[in-house]
Amino acid sequence: MNNLIDTFFNLAVMRQYLPQVIQGMGVTVMLAGVVVAAGLLLGFVLAVLRSLRIKPLNVLIVLFADVFRAVPALVILIILYFALPSVGIRMSGFVSAWLGLSLVLAAFAEEIVWAGILSVPRGQWEAARATGLGVGQCMRLVVLPQALRLTVAPLTSRAIVITKNTALASVLAVGEILYQAQAGYAFSYNPSPLTLGAVAYLILFIPLVWLGRWVEGRFAWKR
Amino acid sequence: MEALISGFFNLQILAEAAPYLLRGLGMTLLLCLVAIPLGVAGGLALALMSTVNSRLVRWSAIVYTDFFRAFPPLVLLLFIAYGLPFLGFKPPPFVAVAIAFLLNTSSYYGEILRAGIESVPGGQHEAARSTGLSRWQSLRLVVAPQAIRNVGPDLVSNTLEAVKLTSIASVVALPELLYVARQVQSVTYNATPVIAAGIIYLLLLWPLVRLLSRYERQAVQIH
Repeated sequence: MNNLIDTFFNLAVMRQYLPQVIQGMGVTVMLAGVVVAAGLLLGFVLAVLRSLRIKPLNVLIVLFADVFRAVPALVILIILYFALPSVGIRMSGFVSAWLGLSLVLAAFAEEIVWAGILSVPRGQWEAARATGLGVGQCMRLVVLPQALRLTVAPLTSRAIVITKNTALASVLAVGEILYQAQAGYAFSYNPSPLTLGAVAYLILFIPLVWLGRWVEGRFAWKR
Repeated sequence: MEALISGFFNLQILAEAAPYLLRGLGMTLLLCLVAIPLGVAGGLALALMSTVNSRLVRWSAIVYTDFFRAFPPLVLLLFIAYGLPFLGFKPPPFVAVAIAFLLNTSSYYGEILRAGIESVPGGQHEAARSTGLSRWQSLRLVVAPQAIRNVGPDLVSNTLEAVKLTSIASVVALPELLYVARQVQSVTYNATPVIAAGIIYLLLLWPLVRLLSRYERQAVQIH
Protein backbone atom coordinates (compact mmCIF):
# COMPACT_ATOMS: atom_id res chain seq x y z
CA MET A 1 0.00 0.00 0.00
CA ASN A 2 2.82 2.34 0.94
CA ASN A 3 4.48 1.38 -2.27
CA LEU A 4 1.34 2.27 -4.20
CA ILE A 5 1.16 5.70 -2.59
CA ASP A 6 4.85 6.27 -3.21
CA THR A 7 4.43 5.35 -6.84
CA PHE A 8 1.22 7.08 -7.87
CA PHE A 9 0.75 9.75 -5.20
CA ASN A 10 4.30 10.74 -4.41
CA LEU A 11 3.83 14.18 -2.85
CA ALA A 12 7.43 15.29 -3.33
CA VAL A 13 7.28 14.53 -7.05
CA MET A 14 3.82 16.04 -7.34
CA ARG A 15 4.89 19.27 -5.69
CA GLN A 16 7.79 19.54 -8.10
CA TYR A 17 5.64 19.19 -11.22
CA LEU A 18 2.52 20.96 -10.00
CA PRO A 19 3.47 24.33 -11.55
CA GLN A 20 3.98 22.74 -14.98
CA VAL A 21 0.69 20.88 -14.82
CA ILE A 22 -1.14 24.08 -13.80
CA GLN A 23 0.51 25.85 -16.69
CA GLY A 24 -0.65 22.96 -18.88
CA MET A 25 -4.20 23.49 -17.64
CA GLY A 26 -3.99 27.06 -18.92
CA VAL A 27 -2.87 25.85 -22.35
CA THR A 28 -5.62 23.19 -22.43
CA VAL A 29 -8.30 25.75 -21.55
CA MET A 30 -6.98 28.21 -24.13
CA LEU A 31 -6.76 25.58 -26.87
CA ALA A 32 -10.23 24.26 -26.06
CA GLY A 33 -11.62 27.80 -26.08
CA VAL A 34 -10.25 28.77 -29.48
CA VAL A 35 -11.20 25.38 -30.95
CA VAL A 36 -14.81 25.58 -29.78
CA ALA A 37 -15.17 29.20 -30.93
CA ALA A 38 -13.69 28.63 -34.39
CA GLY A 39 -15.26 25.21 -34.91
CA LEU A 40 -18.80 26.23 -34.02
CA LEU A 41 -18.55 29.45 -36.01
CA LEU A 42 -17.26 27.70 -39.14
CA GLY A 43 -19.81 24.90 -38.84
CA PHE A 44 -22.61 27.43 -38.47
CA VAL A 45 -21.46 29.45 -41.48
CA LEU A 46 -21.13 26.32 -43.63
CA ALA A 47 -24.63 25.14 -42.68
CA VAL A 48 -26.14 28.52 -43.57
CA LEU A 49 -24.21 28.57 -46.87
CA ARG A 50 -25.52 25.09 -47.59
CA SER A 51 -29.09 26.31 -47.20
CA LEU A 52 -28.56 28.59 -50.22
CA ARG A 53 -28.61 25.34 -52.20
CA ILE A 54 -25.85 26.21 -54.68
CA LYS A 55 -25.05 22.77 -56.10
CA PRO A 56 -21.26 22.86 -56.54
CA LEU A 57 -20.81 24.63 -53.20
CA ASN A 58 -22.96 22.05 -51.44
CA VAL A 59 -20.97 19.18 -52.89
CA LEU A 60 -17.83 20.74 -51.42
CA ILE A 61 -19.45 21.32 -48.03
CA VAL A 62 -20.73 17.74 -47.82
CA LEU A 63 -17.32 16.44 -48.88
CA PHE A 64 -15.65 18.56 -46.20
CA ALA A 65 -18.08 17.37 -43.53
CA ASP A 66 -17.69 13.71 -44.50
CA VAL A 67 -13.91 13.79 -44.62
CA PHE A 68 -13.46 15.52 -41.29
CA ARG A 69 -16.03 13.33 -39.57
CA ALA A 70 -14.61 10.07 -40.91
CA VAL A 71 -10.87 10.61 -40.45
CA PRO A 72 -9.62 10.34 -36.84
CA ALA A 73 -8.60 13.65 -35.29
CA LEU A 74 -5.14 12.32 -34.46
CA VAL A 75 -4.53 11.48 -38.14
CA ILE A 76 -5.59 15.00 -39.13
CA LEU A 77 -3.31 16.59 -36.53
CA ILE A 78 -0.39 14.46 -37.67
CA ILE A 79 -0.96 15.36 -41.31
CA LEU A 80 -1.11 19.07 -40.46
CA TYR A 81 1.95 19.04 -38.26
CA PHE A 82 4.22 16.33 -39.71
CA ALA A 83 3.15 16.14 -43.37
CA LEU A 84 2.36 19.69 -44.47
CA PRO A 85 5.94 20.92 -43.89
CA SER A 86 7.03 18.74 -46.80
CA VAL A 87 5.07 21.03 -49.13
CA GLY A 88 6.41 24.10 -47.41
CA ILE A 89 3.52 24.81 -45.00
CA ARG A 90 4.85 25.08 -41.47
CA MET A 91 2.63 25.70 -38.45
CA SER A 92 3.40 25.50 -34.75
CA GLY A 93 1.98 22.58 -32.79
CA PHE A 94 -0.60 24.85 -31.17
CA VAL A 95 -1.80 26.27 -34.49
CA SER A 96 -1.91 22.77 -36.05
CA ALA A 97 -3.94 21.43 -33.13
CA TRP A 98 -6.24 24.45 -33.20
CA LEU A 99 -6.80 24.19 -36.93
CA GLY A 100 -7.24 20.40 -36.99
CA LEU A 101 -9.63 20.17 -34.04
CA SER A 102 -11.58 23.22 -35.27
CA LEU A 103 -12.09 21.61 -38.67
CA VAL A 104 -13.31 18.39 -37.05
CA LEU A 105 -15.73 20.27 -34.80
CA ALA A 106 -16.87 22.39 -37.76
CA ALA A 107 -17.66 19.27 -39.78
CA PHE A 108 -19.86 17.84 -37.03
CA ALA A 109 -21.41 21.23 -36.22
CA GLU A 110 -22.26 21.83 -39.88
CA GLU A 111 -24.18 18.55 -40.05
CA ILE A 112 -26.02 19.26 -36.79
CA VAL A 113 -26.99 22.83 -37.72
CA TRP A 114 -27.96 21.70 -41.21
CA ALA A 115 -30.25 19.03 -39.74
CA GLY A 116 -31.71 21.77 -37.55
CA ILE A 117 -32.37 24.01 -40.54
CA LEU A 118 -34.00 21.13 -42.41
CA SER A 119 -36.27 20.50 -39.44
CA VAL A 120 -38.04 23.81 -39.98
CA PRO A 121 -41.00 23.02 -42.24
CA ARG A 122 -40.91 24.55 -45.73
CA GLY A 123 -44.20 26.29 -45.00
CA GLN A 124 -42.35 28.51 -42.52
CA TRP A 125 -40.02 29.68 -45.30
CA GLU A 126 -42.86 30.23 -47.70
CA ALA A 127 -44.98 32.10 -45.18
CA ALA A 128 -42.05 34.29 -44.15
CA ARG A 129 -41.18 35.02 -47.79
CA ALA A 130 -44.84 35.78 -48.53
CA THR A 131 -44.91 38.44 -45.83
CA GLY A 132 -42.17 40.21 -47.75
CA LEU A 133 -39.07 39.17 -45.81
CA GLY A 134 -35.87 38.77 -47.84
CA VAL A 135 -33.95 35.50 -47.92
CA GLY A 136 -31.47 36.74 -45.30
CA GLN A 137 -34.19 38.12 -43.04
CA CYS A 138 -36.19 34.94 -43.40
CA MET A 139 -33.17 32.89 -42.38
CA ARG A 140 -32.21 35.14 -39.48
CA LEU A 141 -35.64 35.93 -38.07
CA VAL A 142 -37.70 32.83 -38.80
CA VAL A 143 -35.66 29.74 -39.60
CA LEU A 144 -32.54 29.98 -37.43
CA PRO A 145 -34.32 30.74 -34.14
CA GLN A 146 -36.36 27.57 -34.55
CA ALA A 147 -33.48 25.51 -35.95
CA LEU A 148 -30.92 26.43 -33.31
CA ARG A 149 -33.05 25.41 -30.36
CA LEU A 150 -32.88 21.84 -31.57
CA THR A 151 -29.13 21.96 -32.07
CA VAL A 152 -28.13 23.11 -28.57
CA ALA A 153 -27.90 19.62 -27.04
CA PRO A 154 -25.99 17.85 -29.83
CA LEU A 155 -23.68 20.85 -30.34
CA THR A 156 -22.86 20.95 -26.63
CA SER A 157 -22.03 17.27 -26.42
CA ARG A 158 -19.96 17.49 -29.60
CA ALA A 159 -18.06 20.51 -28.29
CA ILE A 160 -17.32 18.67 -25.04
CA VAL A 161 -15.98 15.66 -26.96
CA ILE A 162 -13.71 17.90 -28.99
CA THR A 163 -12.32 19.68 -25.92
CA LYS A 164 -11.26 16.29 -24.56
CA ASN A 165 -9.42 15.76 -27.84
CA THR A 166 -7.09 18.63 -26.90
CA ALA A 167 -5.06 15.88 -25.17
CA LEU A 168 -4.09 14.72 -28.67
CA ALA A 169 -2.11 17.96 -29.04
CA SER A 170 0.48 16.43 -26.68
CA VAL A 171 1.58 14.32 -29.67
CA LEU A 172 2.48 17.61 -31.43
CA ALA A 173 4.49 18.72 -28.36
CA VAL A 174 1.95 21.38 -27.36
CA GLY A 175 2.53 22.09 -23.67
CA GLU A 176 -0.96 21.20 -22.48
CA ILE A 177 -1.78 19.06 -19.45
CA LEU A 178 -0.92 15.65 -20.84
CA TYR A 179 2.34 16.85 -22.39
CA GLN A 180 3.47 18.39 -19.09
CA ALA A 181 2.42 15.30 -17.15
CA GLN A 182 4.26 13.02 -19.56
CA ALA A 183 7.38 15.17 -19.39
CA GLY A 184 7.23 15.05 -15.59
CA TYR A 185 6.85 11.28 -15.71
CA ALA A 186 9.81 10.95 -18.06
CA PHE A 187 12.08 13.15 -15.92
CA SER A 188 11.18 11.66 -12.56
CA TYR A 189 10.49 8.12 -13.75
CA ASN A 190 7.54 8.16 -11.41
CA PRO A 191 3.91 8.13 -12.59
CA SER A 192 2.78 10.68 -9.98
CA PRO A 193 2.85 13.53 -12.53
CA LEU A 194 0.45 11.45 -14.63
CA THR A 195 -1.86 11.18 -11.61
CA LEU A 196 -1.61 14.94 -11.27
CA GLY A 197 -2.49 15.34 -14.94
CA ALA A 198 -5.45 12.99 -14.55
CA VAL A 199 -6.71 15.04 -11.60
CA ALA A 200 -6.29 18.23 -13.63
CA TYR A 201 -8.46 16.74 -16.39
CA LEU A 202 -11.09 15.65 -13.89
CA ILE A 203 -11.21 19.16 -12.42
CA LEU A 204 -11.75 20.65 -15.88
CA PHE A 205 -14.02 18.03 -17.41
CA ILE A 206 -16.28 16.67 -14.66
CA PRO A 207 -18.21 19.97 -14.64
CA LEU A 208 -18.43 19.77 -18.43
CA VAL A 209 -19.81 16.21 -18.26
CA TRP A 210 -22.46 17.47 -15.83
CA LEU A 211 -23.19 20.49 -18.00
CA GLY A 212 -23.62 18.18 -20.96
CA ARG A 213 -26.05 15.98 -19.08
CA TRP A 214 -28.07 19.00 -17.93
CA VAL A 215 -28.21 20.53 -21.41
CA GLU A 216 -29.24 17.19 -22.87
CA GLY A 217 -32.20 16.98 -20.53
CA ARG A 218 -33.11 20.62 -21.05
CA PHE A 219 -32.86 20.84 -24.85
CA ALA A 220 -33.43 17.29 -26.09
CA TRP A 221 -33.67 16.73 -29.87
CA LYS A 222 -37.37 16.06 -29.61
CA ARG A 223 -39.45 19.03 -28.56
CA MET B 1 1.53 21.08 -57.62
CA GLU B 2 4.43 18.86 -58.59
CA ALA B 3 5.76 18.99 -55.02
CA LEU B 4 2.32 18.23 -53.66
CA ILE B 5 1.97 15.11 -55.79
CA SER B 6 5.44 13.77 -55.13
CA GLY B 7 5.17 14.61 -51.42
CA PHE B 8 1.61 13.49 -50.71
CA PHE B 9 0.45 11.20 -53.50
CA ASN B 10 3.65 9.48 -54.50
CA LEU B 11 2.65 6.20 -56.16
CA GLN B 12 6.09 4.68 -55.89
CA ILE B 13 6.18 5.25 -52.13
CA LEU B 14 2.60 4.05 -51.88
CA ALA B 15 3.52 0.78 -53.58
CA GLU B 16 6.33 0.28 -51.09
CA ALA B 17 4.14 1.19 -48.14
CA ALA B 18 1.09 -0.82 -49.19
CA PRO B 19 1.96 -4.16 -47.54
CA TYR B 20 2.75 -2.42 -44.24
CA LEU B 21 -0.41 -0.32 -44.41
CA LEU B 22 -2.51 -3.42 -45.04
CA ARG B 23 -0.99 -5.15 -42.04
CA GLY B 24 -1.67 -2.02 -39.98
CA LEU B 25 -5.26 -1.97 -41.22
CA GLY B 26 -5.56 -5.60 -40.12
CA MET B 27 -4.43 -4.63 -36.62
CA THR B 28 -6.87 -1.70 -36.55
CA LEU B 29 -9.73 -4.03 -37.53
CA LEU B 30 -8.67 -6.60 -34.93
CA LEU B 31 -8.59 -3.87 -32.31
CA CYS B 32 -12.11 -2.79 -33.29
CA LEU B 33 -13.30 -6.38 -33.17
CA VAL B 34 -12.00 -6.78 -29.63
CA ALA B 35 -12.59 -3.31 -28.21
CA ILE B 36 -16.06 -2.47 -29.50
CA PRO B 37 -17.82 -5.66 -28.29
CA LEU B 38 -16.04 -5.23 -24.94
CA GLY B 39 -17.25 -1.63 -24.75
CA VAL B 40 -20.82 -2.57 -25.68
CA ALA B 41 -20.87 -5.39 -23.13
CA GLY B 42 -19.50 -3.13 -20.41
CA GLY B 43 -21.99 -0.43 -21.39
CA LEU B 44 -24.85 -2.90 -21.26
CA ALA B 45 -23.79 -3.96 -17.77
CA LEU B 46 -23.69 -0.30 -16.68
CA ALA B 47 -27.09 0.41 -18.21
CA LEU B 48 -28.59 -2.61 -16.44
CA MET B 49 -27.01 -1.47 -13.18
CA SER B 50 -28.89 1.81 -13.51
CA THR B 51 -32.23 -0.05 -13.62
CA VAL B 52 -31.91 -1.98 -10.35
CA ASN B 53 -33.47 -0.85 -7.11
CA SER B 54 -30.33 -0.66 -5.01
CA ARG B 55 -29.22 2.95 -4.76
CA LEU B 56 -25.61 1.88 -4.17
CA VAL B 57 -25.47 -0.04 -7.46
CA ARG B 58 -27.14 2.79 -9.37
CA TRP B 59 -24.79 5.39 -7.98
CA SER B 60 -21.66 3.38 -8.59
CA ALA B 61 -22.69 3.07 -12.24
CA ILE B 62 -23.15 6.85 -12.45
CA VAL B 63 -19.84 7.60 -10.74
CA TYR B 64 -18.03 5.18 -13.04
CA THR B 65 -19.66 6.67 -16.13
CA ASP B 66 -18.95 10.29 -15.22
CA PHE B 67 -15.41 9.50 -14.14
CA PHE B 68 -14.42 7.81 -17.37
CA ARG B 69 -16.32 10.21 -19.58
CA ALA B 70 -14.35 13.07 -18.06
CA PHE B 71 -11.01 11.42 -18.87
CA PRO B 72 -9.62 12.03 -22.33
CA PRO B 73 -9.02 8.49 -23.66
CA LEU B 74 -5.39 9.23 -24.49
CA VAL B 75 -4.74 10.19 -20.86
CA LEU B 76 -6.34 6.97 -19.71
CA LEU B 77 -4.29 4.93 -22.16
CA LEU B 78 -0.97 6.49 -21.12
CA PHE B 79 -1.87 6.13 -17.46
CA ILE B 80 -2.45 2.42 -17.99
CA ALA B 81 0.52 1.86 -20.28
CA TYR B 82 3.01 3.77 -18.09
CA GLY B 83 1.44 3.24 -14.68
CA LEU B 84 0.68 -0.48 -14.60
CA PRO B 85 4.33 -1.56 -14.97
CA PHE B 86 4.98 0.12 -11.61
CA LEU B 87 2.48 -2.30 -10.07
CA GLY B 88 4.52 -5.18 -11.42
CA PHE B 89 2.30 -5.86 -14.40
CA LYS B 90 3.64 -4.79 -17.76
CA PRO B 91 0.80 -5.17 -20.22
CA PRO B 92 1.61 -5.71 -23.90
CA PRO B 93 0.44 -2.64 -25.89
CA PHE B 94 -2.59 -4.50 -27.20
CA VAL B 95 -3.76 -5.35 -23.69
CA ALA B 96 -3.14 -1.80 -22.44
CA VAL B 97 -5.19 -0.44 -25.33
CA ALA B 98 -7.96 -2.98 -24.76
CA ILE B 99 -8.22 -2.07 -21.06
CA ALA B 100 -8.29 1.67 -21.82
CA PHE B 101 -10.95 1.11 -24.48
CA LEU B 102 -13.07 -1.04 -22.20
CA LEU B 103 -13.02 1.65 -19.50
CA ASN B 104 -13.61 4.53 -21.90
CA THR B 105 -16.09 3.25 -24.47
CA SER B 106 -18.15 1.27 -21.95
CA SER B 107 -18.90 4.53 -20.13
CA TYR B 108 -20.17 6.10 -23.36
CA TYR B 109 -22.16 3.06 -24.45
CA GLY B 110 -23.50 2.79 -20.89
CA GLU B 111 -24.76 6.35 -20.92
CA ILE B 112 -26.44 5.87 -24.30
CA LEU B 113 -28.07 2.56 -23.40
CA ARG B 114 -29.24 3.99 -20.07
CA ALA B 115 -30.90 6.89 -21.91
CA GLY B 116 -32.45 4.32 -24.24
CA ILE B 117 -33.95 2.31 -21.39
CA GLU B 118 -35.24 5.50 -19.78
CA SER B 119 -36.85 6.55 -23.06
CA VAL B 120 -39.22 3.57 -22.89
CA PRO B 121 -42.28 4.52 -20.83
CA GLY B 122 -42.52 2.70 -17.49
CA GLY B 123 -45.98 1.44 -18.45
CA GLN B 124 -44.39 -0.82 -21.06
CA HIS B 125 -42.44 -2.65 -18.40
CA GLU B 126 -45.41 -2.83 -16.08
CA ALA B 127 -47.69 -4.14 -18.82
CA ALA B 128 -45.11 -6.75 -19.79
CA ARG B 129 -44.76 -7.84 -16.18
CA SER B 130 -48.53 -8.09 -15.75
CA THR B 131 -48.77 -10.43 -18.73
CA GLY B 132 -46.61 -12.81 -16.72
CA LEU B 133 -43.17 -12.06 -18.22
CA SER B 134 -40.33 -12.11 -15.75
CA ARG B 135 -38.26 -8.98 -15.08
CA TRP B 136 -35.52 -10.23 -17.35
CA GLN B 137 -37.92 -11.31 -20.13
CA SER B 138 -39.66 -7.96 -20.02
CA LEU B 139 -36.32 -6.18 -20.34
CA ARG B 140 -35.12 -8.40 -23.14
CA LEU B 141 -38.32 -8.75 -25.17
CA VAL B 142 -40.16 -5.49 -24.55
CA VAL B 143 -37.91 -2.72 -23.27
CA ALA B 144 -34.59 -3.44 -25.02
CA PRO B 145 -35.90 -3.56 -28.62
CA GLN B 146 -37.59 -0.18 -28.20
CA ALA B 147 -34.67 1.27 -26.26
CA ILE B 148 -32.15 0.31 -28.91
CA ARG B 149 -34.28 1.73 -31.68
CA ASN B 150 -34.65 5.01 -29.81
CA VAL B 151 -30.91 5.48 -29.39
CA GLY B 152 -29.83 3.94 -32.72
CA PRO B 153 -28.26 7.17 -34.00
CA ASP B 154 -26.25 7.63 -30.81
CA LEU B 155 -25.02 4.05 -30.99
CA VAL B 156 -23.87 4.59 -34.58
CA SER B 157 -22.20 7.85 -33.67
CA ASN B 158 -20.41 6.30 -30.71
CA THR B 159 -19.24 3.34 -32.77
CA LEU B 160 -17.83 5.76 -35.33
CA GLU B 161 -15.94 7.51 -32.53
CA ALA B 162 -14.72 4.18 -31.14
CA VAL B 163 -13.29 3.08 -34.49
CA LYS B 164 -11.54 6.44 -34.94
CA LEU B 165 -10.26 6.22 -31.39
CA THR B 166 -8.21 3.12 -32.23
CA SER B 167 -5.73 5.54 -33.85
CA ILE B 168 -4.51 6.65 -30.41
CA ALA B 169 -3.04 3.18 -29.94
CA SER B 170 -0.23 4.45 -32.18
CA VAL B 171 1.02 6.53 -29.24
CA VAL B 172 1.89 3.36 -27.29
CA ALA B 173 3.54 1.78 -30.36
CA LEU B 174 0.81 -0.71 -31.20
CA PRO B 175 1.39 -1.34 -34.93
CA GLU B 176 -2.07 -0.30 -36.14
CA LEU B 177 -2.76 1.73 -39.26
CA LEU B 178 -1.60 5.15 -38.06
CA TYR B 179 1.49 3.76 -36.34
CA VAL B 180 2.77 1.88 -39.39
CA ALA B 181 1.98 4.87 -41.61
CA ARG B 182 4.13 7.08 -39.41
CA GLN B 183 6.90 4.49 -39.33
CA VAL B 184 6.98 4.27 -43.11
CA GLN B 185 6.82 8.06 -43.31
CA SER B 186 9.88 8.41 -41.12
CA VAL B 187 11.80 5.86 -43.18
CA THR B 188 10.89 7.29 -46.59
CA TYR B 189 10.83 10.98 -45.61
CA ASN B 190 7.57 11.19 -47.49
CA ALA B 191 4.08 11.99 -46.26
CA THR B 192 2.29 9.69 -48.72
CA PRO B 193 1.83 6.81 -46.21
CA VAL B 194 0.11 9.07 -43.68
CA ILE B 195 -2.16 10.56 -46.34
CA ALA B 196 -2.92 7.02 -47.51
CA ALA B 197 -3.80 6.03 -43.94
CA GLY B 198 -6.17 8.99 -43.78
CA ILE B 199 -7.81 7.87 -47.02
CA ILE B 200 -8.15 4.30 -45.72
CA TYR B 201 -9.92 5.58 -42.59
CA LEU B 202 -12.14 7.70 -44.81
CA LEU B 203 -13.14 4.76 -47.01
CA LEU B 204 -13.67 2.54 -43.98
CA LEU B 205 -15.88 5.00 -42.12
CA TRP B 206 -17.68 6.80 -44.92
CA PRO B 207 -20.73 4.49 -44.77
CA LEU B 208 -21.09 5.13 -41.02
CA VAL B 209 -20.79 8.89 -41.53
CA ARG B 210 -23.48 8.84 -44.23
CA LEU B 211 -25.75 6.72 -42.04
CA LEU B 212 -25.24 9.20 -39.21
CA SER B 213 -26.27 12.14 -41.40
CA ARG B 214 -29.41 10.34 -42.43
CA TYR B 215 -30.27 9.53 -38.82
CA GLU B 216 -29.74 13.13 -37.75
CA ARG B 217 -32.08 14.33 -40.46
CA GLN B 218 -34.75 11.84 -39.46
CA ALA B 219 -34.40 12.69 -35.79
CA VAL B 220 -35.42 16.29 -36.36
CA GLN B 221 -38.08 15.65 -38.97
CA ILE B 222 -40.25 13.24 -37.03
CA HIS B 223 -41.16 15.36 -34.03
